[in-house]
Amino acid sequence: MITLLLILIPLLTGLAAFFFRDEKTVRAWALFSSIVTLAVSLLGLTVLNKPEYLAHESQWLGSLGSSFSLKLDGMGQLLCLLTAVAFPLILLSTWKATYSRATSFFALMLLSQAGLMGVFLAADALLFYFFWELALIPVYFLCSQWGGEKRIAVTFKFFIYTFVGSLLMLVAILYIYSQTADRSFALSSFTHVLLKPNEQIWLFVAFVVAFGIKMPIFPFHTWQPDTYEQSPTAVTMVLSGVMVKMGVFGLLRWLLPVIPFSAFQLGDNIMTLAIIGMIYASLIAIRQDDIKRLVAYSSIAHIGLMAAAIFAINETAMQGVMIQMFSHGINIIGMWMVVEVIERQYGTRKISELGGLAQKAPAMAILFLIVALANIALPLTNAFVGEFLMFTGIFNSANTKFAAWFTVAAGLCIIFAAVYTLNLMRKTFYGEPGPRVTTAIDLQINEKLALVVIVALIFWFGVNPQPMLDLTQDVSASIIKAVTNSVSTK
Amino acid sequence: MKNILELAYLVPLFPLIGFLINGLGRKSLSKSMIGIIGSGAILASFVVSLLIFFQVKGGNTDTLNYFSFIRAGAVNIPFAFQIDQLSSIFLLIITGVGFLIHVYSTSYMHEEKTEHFGRYFAYLNLFVFSMLLLVMGANYVIMFIGWEGVGLCSYLLIGFWFKNPEYNKAANKAFIMNRIGDLAFLIAIFWIIGKVGSVGYSEVIAAATEGSKFTTTDITGITILLFIGATGKSAQIPLYTWLPDAMAGPTPVSALIHAATMVTAGIYMIARSNVLYSMSPLTLNIITYVGLATALLAATIALKQNDIKKVLAYSTVSQLGYMFLALGTGAYVAAVFHVMTHAFFKALLFLGSGSVIHAMGGEQDIRKMGGLNKYMKVTHITFLLGCLAIAGIPLFSGFFSKDEILASAFGKSPVIYAVGLFTALLTAFYMFRLYATTFRGSFRGTHEQEHHLHESPSAITIPLVVLAVLSVIGGFIGIPEFMMHGGHKLAEFLQPIVAPSAKLLPVHEVSHSTEWILTGVSSALIIGVVFFAWNKFSRKPDTGEATGFGKVLANKWYVDELYEKAIVNPLAKLGGFFNNIFEKLVVDGLVNGVGRLVSYSSRQLRLLQSGQVGSYVLLMVLSILLVFVIQFFLRK
Amino acid sequence: MPINYYIFLSIALFCIGIAGVLTRRNAIIIFMCIELMLNAVNLLLVAFSKMHSAAAAALPDAATVGTDGQLFVFFIMVVAAAEVSVGLAIIVMMYRNIHSVDVNFLNRLKH
Repeated sequence: MITLLLILIPLLTGLAAFFFRDEKTVRAWALFSSIVTLAVSLLGLTVLNKPEYLAHESQWLGSLGSSFSLKLDGMGQLLCLLTAVAFPLILLSTWKATYSRATSFFALMLLSQAGLMGVFLAADALLFYFFWELALIPVYFLCSQWGGEKRIAVTFKFFIYTFVGSLLMLVAILYIYSQTADRSFALSSFTHVLLKPNEQIWLFVAFVVAFGIKMPIFPFHTWQPDTYEQSPTAVTMVLSGVMVKMGVFGLLRWLLPVIPFSAFQLGDNIMTLAIIGMIYASLIAIRQDDIKRLVAYSSIAHIGLMAAAIFAINETAMQGVMIQMFSHGINIIGMWMVVEVIERQYGTRKISELGGLAQKAPAMAILFLIVALANIALPLTNAFVGEFLMFTGIFNSANTKFAAWFTVAAGLCIIFAAVYTLNLMRKTFYGEPGPRVTTAIDLQINEKLALVVIVALIFWFGVNPQPMLDLTQDVSASIIKAVTNSVSTK
Repeated sequence: MKNILELAYLVPLFPLIGFLINGLGRKSLSKSMIGIIGSGAILASFVVSLLIFFQVKGGNTDTLNYFSFIRAGAVNIPFAFQIDQLSSIFLLIITGVGFLIHVYSTSYMHEEKTEHFGRYFAYLNLFVFSMLLLVMGANYVIMFIGWEGVGLCSYLLIGFWFKNPEYNKAANKAFIMNRIGDLAFLIAIFWIIGKVGSVGYSEVIAAATEGSKFTTTDITGITILLFIGATGKSAQIPLYTWLPDAMAGPTPVSALIHAATMVTAGIYMIARSNVLYSMSPLTLNIITYVGLATALLAATIALKQNDIKKVLAYSTVSQLGYMFLALGTGAYVAAVFHVMTHAFFKALLFLGSGSVIHAMGGEQDIRKMGGLNKYMKVTHITFLLGCLAIAGIPLFSGFFSKDEILASAFGKSPVIYAVGLFTALLTAFYMFRLYATTFRGSFRGTHEQEHHLHESPSAITIPLVVLAVLSVIGGFIGIPEFMMHGGHKLAEFLQPIVAPSAKLLPVHEVSHSTEWILTGVSSALIIGVVFFAWNKFSRKPDTGEATGFGKVLANKWYVDELYEKAIVNPLAKLGGFFNNIFEKLVVDGLVNGVGRLVSYSSRQLRLLQSGQVGSYVLLMVLSILLVFVIQFFLRK
Repeated sequence: MPINYYIFLSIALFCIGIAGVLTRRNAIIIFMCIELMLNAVNLLLVAFSKMHSAAAAALPDAATVGTDGQLFVFFIMVVAAAEVSVGLAIIVMMYRNIHSVDVNFLNRLKH
């Protein structure tokens, strides 16, 4: 029931939004819809947190062995909650932004939310693929219609990139399907399929490329800074806050339990790649002058840590990844909110042209400082818990011989993160106001509200992360069990 | 009665509430209200700390579990406080000195706008909160929370005047340097989790002493990593360069954070883990030499500094080196003792310098001062007492703690003792250079400045007097055994903390007569140096630019420049290379290359479509033939 | 008569057709060559059909065996007839437009 509603509400309200005429009404409609979705998601976490509400199955492509099967486990709950929290915040913080053809804009936003929910809920591989694409297509239109100057070229790159990934994933899914005992796309059949190690290896490569492009892992990341830079900020928030989690989620749900042995065999290669990517992206971020690109590279570094932690294959790291998916989503949306305000008010994203904002906009300075500190994982912010667990997991990983060195190398990025985040803070907010900043005004009420909610979430999950850890404990334990079992049987 | 220990949560709670009220109400509250809330919160904490101290003194210690902070996978970290002898001493230092500095600040910062005044007190309260978490935590993670928290507050307060880009750079530098140390600390925590599965002090110590969970390598690795963490926070080689720059913050901040409390966190951490350290002689040796080298290096730099706060900053680095020297020789009690006396006299000196700067209208260059004793009686007397204490003149507090450190250094090796003593002489020299240049001789500033010279208001002088009294008498809780049997009350009090170490570590007993000789020699030398410096700089202050070797010292041995050239620039260049060349040409080049390959090959293949029917037919026929031929050969 | 003779004749006719299509430029002659190739195939189909029906005479359902090939021939003849009518119409139109039936002038499709 809950599962179906989480998809249907944004889907139907999104389709309905195409028929609105007035920008204000459609904006309110979209916000209303996203708040209802949030309420449903919260209900699913609390009052209606019972198995019968959290699963749904109905006929779909029966002859192919695929059914419309949705399921919510702890990880799904967490990511659905993230999606449900993110959209109202995004819509609220960009309330004052105006769009041409606003009805289509908001309709597409809601459709992409429906797709995202579907990805996190699907318990059937074909359905997963279907929603994966459903989430991608609205975003393609959003970027190409409402983006910046170079939007066409950039969106084309983004689309080709992700589409190549999707097709690889489809091939891998179809191959596994052909090997299932009961010719079924169901998740349970997939997890029980027996594949030879060499089959697992190329399936692993296909899946990792598919999900790695989405996350992105170095060296598949070049679409990301360009796309973040050119997209309208609301879409960037969706992309970086929620959509990159699709890749991480894909690895956890569709790779590790399905082809566990390969993860054990090839995991440390991916860890190496991810950690190289972290250092690489962090160093680039230090040199960025464009705030959007800086945040984009910072995000690549953070996601790299998640990728490395996934392949550490232990429960500590896995829990860290789960909790960090949520925290990273919240924090980076907060970062984008401030970037959006800066860009809209001062007409520039160049750090070198800014400065002294703290005097003109003290509320923004304080809220941004907190978000920035969460971005560098200061204790008592939400990101600390996730990063701490991931690092502990990587350090104590039995999946690689170089665990300690990986930790040190990845740990350098903690230092680099402090360098670029604090430099951003220093150059944009501190110092004497620059010429562009003299006309600055502080946050509007809607932006302030959204940021305060984000800051509240940062502290809430930073001080009391245990509920979230309890939520995801069973899923992490079962994923790790799948991998360790496959190793012991081989 | 255990109830009072259960009130321990109030100690950090008061500053937290103070932070919230002052932070949120900084625009609506009046300055006096802000001052009262800010100082009152710390006073309340101090009162609770006192009650706790007397409980602990009566033999009550406890670990208080509040809630489960992180429990996931192999990690189980409760949010818990540990109240014992070590933490209760630090609680008193932090809240006591902290309260005095808050009171001082109400007057010192009075010229700030209300909003910034509120912000200042909010940060200061937040700092005290974090520092209390650091010392009260019952495990390394809670300590780390406080550890990073104090780093954050230090960052915020160094960059308090955020309009000045230089100050902001100093703030960034402090935070980033600390982060380097923090990384090592974190890795040590991961290591401990991997081996013990818990990070509580008692569990870790139990695992180290009883079980076989740790190998020698583990212990050495963990202790070295923790020590690297300490070098960041406590400004030791190689991560010390942030502390002198941190003087960009308001002077009371320098007194509280960068002299009395935060920078001693590293000493607290090692004293807390003393059992682990005692099990690793290698680490202890490293600590000894790093501490000694830092003490000497910083003392030489301090000889040629002309900024009143910079001299005190380098002196702080040097004194911290002394404390590490003590830790390295296994004299944990002496280190804690020196933390305490240093907190008194260094806070006093910083606050005194603040009073001077206040009177001089923001001037910090001692070459432009002189003869201030005539204008500022209280500041002058208290500053002089502070100088006597830090120099180690007999019966002042610094004398006892420094003497104890030197004695244990002698037990380890006479060479270390000699270098330590030399450093102590340098300390006496530069402190009295500072004192004489500032307060003696004749005034060298402008006429206008002279006109404005005045004694500071009582909110400033009262804390000075209290600290001066403490600096004078503070040493009597640690009278060495050879002077008075049972005189070392502090050692008695801390006995439970260091007792397990004492079993592990051979004690270098030095006979009482040797100790008398050592003390006599060092005291005589120090008094001699004090007279020499006093006379030299009262008559003819050192006002010119430094030349020759002095220039190297004045430029801090060019360490900052070295770091800039060897680490910062190459990394920035590498980042630039990645951003401008590698990313565009190699990574994106590959991606675009694939695209270009597709469009190139399609352009070439297009040429086949000539539109000539004949060529199509020919191709078709040839292809059919080819299929036949292939089939023919495959059949074979 | 052995089947080989029919096969050789068909191959010969087919090759003549191919050669004609490849070498000649006159659309009508190409057209005729195509017809030649089609008829070569037809001949072969009929020949094999006859051969198979002779071989299967002993089987119970002999009446229908081997008629498939001849059926195909009818189909081909029908299609060829349709082709001729459409093709010739195109050639006529072509002649009207460019006053030539040379196929090498017919390369405008690519533009």
